[in-house]
Amino acid sequence: MTLLHVDTVSRSFGGLKAVDQVSFEMESGTILGLLGPNGSGKTTLLNLISGFLAPSSGRIIFNGRNLAGARVDKIARAGIARTFQLVRILPSLTLLENVMLPAVFGHRAHWGKEAERVAREALEKTGLTDRAGASAGDLNYIDQKRLELARALAAEPELLLLDEWLAGLNPTELQEGIRLIESLSGSGITIIMVEHIMEAVRALCPRCAVMNAGRLIADGETSAVLSDKAVIAAYLGDAEDA
Amino acid sequence: MIRLAIALLGLVALALVPLFVSEYELGLMIGMATYVALASAWALFSGQTNYISLATVAFYGTGAYTVAVLNESLPYPAVLLCAALIGAGMALLVGLSTLRLSGIYFVIFTFGLAELVRQLITWYEVSITGTLGRYIFLDLTARDIYWQMLALAAVAIGLTAWINRTRLGLALRAIGDDEVVAAHSGIHLARTKLIAFTLSATLITLVGAVASPRWVYVEPLIVFNPTVSFLTVIMALLGGANRLWGPLVGAVPLFLLFEWLSVNFPDTYPIFLGLLFIAVVFVLPNGLLAGLDDLRARFGRRGK
Ligand SMILES: Nc1ncnc2c1ncn2[C@@H]1O[C@H](COP(=O)(O)OP(=O)(O)O)[C@@H](O)[C@H]1O
Ligand SMILES: [Mg+2]
Repeated sequence: MTLLHVDTVSRSFGGLKAVDQVSFEMESGTILGLLGPNGSGKTTLLNLISGFLAPSSGRIIFNGRNLAGARVDKIARAGIARTFQLVRILPSLTLLENVMLPAVFGHRAHWGKEAERVAREALEKTGLTDRAGASAGDLNYIDQKRLELARALAAEPELLLLDEWLAGLNPTELQEGIRLIESLSGSGITIIMVEHIMEAVRALCPRCAVMNAGRLIADGETSAVLSDKAVIAAYLGDAEDA
Repeated sequence: MIRLAIALLGLVALALVPLFVSEYELGLMIGMATYVALASAWALFSGQTNYISLATVAFYGTGAYTVAVLNESLPYPAVLLCAALIGAGMALLVGLSTLRLSGIYFVIFTFGLAELVRQLITWYEVSITGTLGRYIFLDLTARDIYWQMLALAAVAIGLTAWINRTRLGLALRAIGDDEVVAAHSGIHLARTKLIAFTLSATLITLVGAVASPRWVYVEPLIVFNPTVSFLTVIMALLGGANRLWGPLVGAVPLFLLFEWLSVNFPDTYPIFLGLLFIAVVFVLPNGLLAGLDDLRARFGRRGK
């Protein structure tokens, strides 16, 4: 079943076309690696899907509904959750409260015991259980990243958007992170992950898409995409218009 | 449960105070109850969301003016009901137009609102009704007013306690930390803020309505005094605007301090107000209660 259909979506900032006529589809339960040099529009594309930004044109069909330009909270309740490239947590709330939010207000809208169960499960998956009552502002960077993922998971999303979630982890944490995403993907969540770490992309993503200067320049089986001439040129920086 | 019992006992004790004090002291008690109610009602919205509203006196003055206009034509309970409805209506209107503003723009807008309302009423009174001042003749004793104000303060604190345990409370706290995250978690920002702002403003309007008979003579310059808005903010911040009892803890000593200052230093007292504002923001940015917690944590650690 097609879960997500991004249909000729564009977004410009002034004269800059940050996302330019991007189209792709995703089947339910699959995982897509989204690559591209810095400034190629990956984060902007995630922002368009999560509703943080509205597209200038195009449609974003999710579960049969066009969500392009809908309010962020509506899109969240429809079943799309994300992490941010620059980590965002709620520092004055406890870890448990941080994670309760999407459990309470998100896709499934639980309350009381059930919300707490979902929240604790998300903390458990990300290894934060023993600090559930601590203040989120006291966490170090890596744990803040974990908390962000826990928060996204507690929404029980159908589509999860990860924006360089693995960046900044040390080698051990990276292996843990890869295993965690693997298990999420195995549990049926559809995932788009923006990632620079090729090791992770190769391990996790059978399919990859590559952006350059706002355009989608490749989309297909990972090893084929990574050996594509236009992709290599884009990464070497001499492809003006691939 | 024990906390609730203590709070209720305290409320009963406070309700009995008028039986034992002089007229002057009762006046002080009314003032204190007024500011506890104002600061608590203000914090119900601003304390959680960090949207600093300076519109307090816009609603407070509107409540007082409603009583001044209607006190001769309607029974008192109906007058209060009208005040609440007008306050709520005004809050919805203001909320819908301002809650998309953020930070300093919201502060400035709310400050301007009080001035706007005052000017509108002045214009209306001068050019339509031809009078500027109005008299409030209500058959209410100082005790009656005290009890009503005490009840309002209790409602403001009780409502806050209740909201803190609901989905609304969680949503408000999330908004106070990061609206982007709140929205991405599925929270309808505009609706959440509008509900809390309206509840808060309606209570503030009622405080103005209940307080108004003390003045007897009312005119826009008296009831729309911006100092009320500033005092409310300082009191709530001093105690800790995001704590249930913070506004009360800030309001009681500051009210007494300002009473004393305005009697003894009537001319220089606004300077003290300004200095205090600065001191609170710099020394105790999270309020007295949080400061106490910090101290306790520090001494606790040293003890070990
Ligand atoms: N809110 C914004 N306002 C203006 N320009 C933006 C904004 N967000 C992104 N951009 C620009 O859009 C381009 C794509 O950025 P981004 O999507 O963050 O790239 P990536 O995530 O691939 O590194 C960049 O040139 C960036 O400067
Ligand atoms: Mg990016």
